[in-house]
Parts: sequence; structure tokens; C-alpha cells
Amino acid sequence: MNRTLSVKIIALTIWGLLLFSPFLFQDVRQVEVAARICVFIVLVASYDLLIGYTGIVSFAHTMFFGLGAYGVAIAMKQGDNTWGYWIVGALAGVLVAAVLAVLIGLLSLRVKAIFFAMITLAAASVALVLASQLSSFTGGEDGMTYSSPDIFKPATKLLTDDEGKVARIAGVRMNGKIAAYYFVFFTSAVMFWVMLRIVGSPLGTVLKAIRENEARAEGIGYRVVAYRTAVFVIAATTAALAGAVYAAWLKYTGPDTTLSFAIMIDILLMVVIGGMGTMWGAAIGATLMVLAQYYLRDLMEVASDATSAIPLLPELLSPDRWLLWLGIIFILLVYFFPAGIAGTIIRGRAK
Amino acid sequence: MNTFANMIDRAGGVFVLPVAIAIVAFFLIGAPSSWLTLTVAGLSMGLMIFLMASGLSLVFGLMDVLNFGHSAFVSFGAFVAASVLAWLGGWLGADSIILNSLALIAALAAAIVFGAAGGWFFERVIVKPVYKDHLRQILITMGALIVAEQLILATWGGTPVNVPRPHFLEGAIILGGSSLEVYRLFAFVVGALVYAGLYYLLNKTRIGLLIRAGVENREMVEALGFKIDRLFIGVFMLGSALAALGGAMWAGYETLITPALGAEMMVIVFIVVIIGGLGSIQGTLLGAIVVALMQNYVGYLSPKLALASNMILMMAILLWRPYGLAPAVK
Repeated sequence: MNRTLSVKIIALTIWGLLLFSPFLFQDVRQVEVAARICVFIVLVASYDLLIGYTGIVSFAHTMFFGLGAYGVAIAMKQGDNTWGYWIVGALAGVLVAAVLAVLIGLLSLRVKAIFFAMITLAAASVALVLASQLSSFTGGEDGMTYSSPDIFKPATKLLTDDEGKVARIAGVRMNGKIAAYYFVFFTSAVMFWVMLRIVGSPLGTVLKAIRENEARAEGIGYRVVAYRTAVFVIAATTAALAGAVYAAWLKYTGPDTTLSFAIMIDILLMVVIGGMGTMWGAAIGATLMVLAQYYLRDLMEVASDATSAIPLLPELLSPDRWLLWLGIIFILLVYFFPAGIAGTIIRGRAK
Repeated sequence: MNTFANMIDRAGGVFVLPVAIAIVAFFLIGAPSSWLTLTVAGLSMGLMIFLMASGLSLVFGLMDVLNFGHSAFVSFGAFVAASVLAWLGGWLGADSIILNSLALIAALAAAIVFGAAGGWFFERVIVKPVYKDHLRQILITMGALIVAEQLILATWGGTPVNVPRPHFLEGAIILGGSSLEVYRLFAFVVGALVYAGLYYLLNKTRIGLLIRAGVENREMVEALGFKIDRLFIGVFMLGSALAALGGAMWAGYETLITPALGAEMMVIVFIVVIIGGLGSIQGTLLGAIVVALMQNYVGYLSPKLALASNMILMMAILLWRPYGLAPAVK
């Protein structure tokens, strides 16, 4: 059987489940998880454009994600909860992200990969500190809460039945929450599709050539720095858009949900788990990680309680030490499965 | 213009930069006493940062390995030293300078030993399998950093830890209207001694000769029959130990430390090695002093800018010299 096809089938199944998730899982928390998966698939796919397809290691992806989210949050907090302000905020965030990406790219993409990683890390931490320092503007550590557009409010009736109440389809109330979920779902799906097209286009081929042999790509006549900067800008704007969408869904933006280093690590893990250099792998990695985040913590809580009689173990198993185990899993994955799930399936067992 | 450039070159080239910054700051600040305080603070901070950054720079220069987990040693050094100082509280509180200094030396030594041991473990387990693969190196050392930070959180908890200082390092000397903290002078002396030691090691000894040769051309040194792997693990341990020492010194300087210390310092350390140029001790010292001076001066002149100043400085220097001020020959 064609191995690439099986990866695509897995990823498409995930997208299919996401499409019907409000009907399949009617719990509020599960729809929350599904929306998070949608946004993170886009975020991880855009990061994969950098790390997997072009071989650029950037630690500033959460900065761009945060720029989009903060753009929307500030616009909707200062203005009101209409679509106009969402668009203004999203555009401002995307624009700032693009300008920053061009600056960082032109300045540092011509030097070694390792320099670039360090510079983006420094930029991201400055952004994080700025967001928590400029509290009058960004809400500081607490972040900002604001209202989403009217159509997303739970009281909104999308469809009404004969009595004028909210209609139910297959037992699901057609209220604003559904509209919000499908907004997240369809924007994410479109962005994912666009990135698939980019990867399949001649541009994607050039990017892979740069990853494989930079000097040769340069020799053939491609301007490596221009291509790298271009893909960095594409990834940055996509991340900013994903941030804008996520901000509309959460109705809250703060350092912990968008800018924090923990999210950067999540993205890295998702890319590595899913498989670097496979767009479809991004969907698999993001789904697995978000599910693990939401449900493994509960499991750890149980494990911690169960081992409370033994010294040290409950401390290591407590849900707060979640990152410790992620870190260990991450190291092991990079050692033993550098190709990730999708890569391992595609290549088969033969090494 | 040309003669001016020649003049600067004869005066020491890029190494005049800190002096130039200090002179410009002198006129901007206006008050000599505050200027002296800030300059001493900047120099001592610069030397502490140098301790943390030198290992990173050397390891990269010698083996082309960039250790993103380097800052873990800084935090470990800080917390180990704090624990030892708290444990030796009796000696520290005693009324004898000898006991006080013994406690301090024990704390610093514990940090160094811990750093060296941690460095050995780190090199063997984490870094060795991924030599020559930059992408996986970055990912794996990043993973190791997360694990190390979480271990610190699990061991010492998330609350800030108080670091006791020996009495003779408390207080300040008043010199012509400007107050110079004793601890800062102490940090300056320790940093300068370590720099002198490193300089001697690298430039006057046979091992140093091999290290410098390895930085310049690793294959050639290997071809001549030297085991560069063994040399490398030594340098890695030395670098980690220095980072731990720097962390311990920094802990005494801050007197209140949190597990976020490593992550905070990592950014500064990265900026320093980028500015200074990877692989050379002189470049790292230069970068550390430039960054620390800038931070202190800008923090005094316009506190709001202090945060971005290092970032802007790095961008400006990279535009001027894409490989840093004084990189090792490569």
C-alpha cells in the first residue's frame, strides 16, 4: 500500500472528526479541545514550513502567534466587539509580524542556522517581557478579556424552531458556540490547505533544495536568503492569523495562552512527534499533543495520588511536573524517531 | 577617515568599544560619582556574565556544538551554592572572617564540582549522540534544558530562595561621593582572576595550544594524533563548571533567586556570545562588558529603554559585523 497515502488518510480522518466534533462530543470541554487542535494544526504546519521544509530553526514562532492574538485583543478591548475591530486587529497583528519577520530574516538568515536560533530566541523573550511590562496596553501578566462578536455568543440563535427557541440538529443546540467553532474550523482548514498548496508548488521544491544543499541551491541560481526570508514571512503571517482566530475563540489573550515559552516547546514537540517535513504529520502531532495535554494531566493526578505513600515519586508525577516528562519524551523522540510518526510510516521500517 | 581607522586599530580595534561607551556615557550622565558607580556595577556584572558565557563560546568554537541547555548549569550553580550557604549557616553567621570565607569557598566549590559533574553527564548522554547535526542538537539540548529546569522546580520548589551572604561582603565603600558595593568588587576580582586563568591556560600551556588548534582546524589536530574527543569533554566540563560558578556568583549578587534565573540569564548570555563572536575568550569578555555597561547606563538614563537596549545593540553590531566583534579564526 502507498505509505504516503496512509498518512494522508490518518490526517484526513482527524480533519473529518474535527468537522463533526460538536456533534460527536457534546461536552463543552471537548469542543474546547477540538478548537485548540484546529488552531495548533495551523500553527504547527506553519512552523513545519520553517523547520521541516527549509531547515530553519526559529524560536520566535510564539511571538508571531502572540502578535496576531494581541492585535485582536487590543483592538477589541479598545474598540468594541464588532467584526470591524477583529479585522483591524488581525490585520495590524499580521502586518507587524510580517515587518518583524522581514527585519529578522534579512538581518540574520544569512548567517549560520545556530545564530538564527539564538537571535529568534532573544527576540521572543524580549517580546514576552514587553507584553508583561506594558501592562496599560497589553494587560500585563493577567492578559485581557473581551467580548467576541455577537454571532459567537451562546445566546445567539442561529436557527430557530417553530416556537422561536434555538433549534437542535441531532441533539446539538444551534447557538453561537457552534458558529464560533465552525469559524475556527474553517479558517484553520483554509490556512492548512493554503500551506499544502505552497509546499506542493515550485516554491516548496526550492525550499527543500535549500534544506538539502544550500550551496548547490545558490549555485543553481536561487537567491537563498530571499527564499528563506520569504518562507519566514509566510510562516510568521500564518502564525499571526492563527493567533487572531484563537483570540476570537478564547475571548482572552495573555502571555500564557499565546507568548509563553511553554507554547513554543509544545509546537516543537508537535512538529517532532508528527514528523518534520510532512504537512500531514503536523495534523497528527498537534492532535496527539493537545489530547495528551488535556487528558494526560488528569492521569498524572491519579498516579500522583496513588503513589503518595512513596517519597519523591508523587512529586515527580504531580501534574505540575508535566513538562519534565514532556522534555524526556522529547529527547527520546529526537534520538530514536527523528522522522516522527508520519516520517516513520512513510519511510517504513527499513532505515 | 583612514587615519582615524588606523588610529583605532592601533589602540586595540574593537576592544576600544567599552571605553568609547564609557566615555559617551560619562558626558550623558554628567555626574562623575553616579558614573563611577554605574561603571563599576557594569564591569562586575560583565565579568559575572563572562563566567556564564565563556563555556558556551568555547564549546561552540571547539566542537561546533551549541548547547542550548547551558543556562541550566547557571541555575544549578546558583541553587547549589544557595543550599550550601544555607546549610553552613552556622559558619556564615559566626564572627570570624575565616569561617565566613570557608563557607563562601565551600559554596562556590560545590557549584563548580556540581557544574563539572553535570557537564560530564550532559556531554556523554545528551550531546555526544548528535555531534555534527545542528538541527537535532538544538532540539535535544532544548529538551535537556526543559528537563533540568523542571528538576530544579521539583527539588527547590517554585518559591524564591534567599541567598545568605558573608558579612564581609555586605555594605559598600564610599569613594568620592559614589558608593561601590563590596560584593560587586568581589565579583569583579573573581571574574578577572578566572579570565586571567583562562587566558593563561589557552595561550601559555600545551593543552591551550591544542584547544586553540582544535578551534581552528579540528581534522588537522586529529590527523596529528591527538584525541580531540577527550579534550572536548574537558572543555565542556570546564565550561559547565564556569557557568555554575557564574550562577553562584550571580545568586550572591541578587540575594533572591527563582528557578527562572537560568532562562533570564540565557538570553543575555546568547546576546553576549553573538556580539562577542563565538569561539574566542577575548570576544566573549568584550561582549559581556559591552552588554553589561550598556544595560547599566541605559537603565540609569532611560529605564524604559533598558529592556530593548541589548536587542538593539545586538542588531546594530550584527549589521556591522555579522560574525560578532572578535570571533575566533575559522
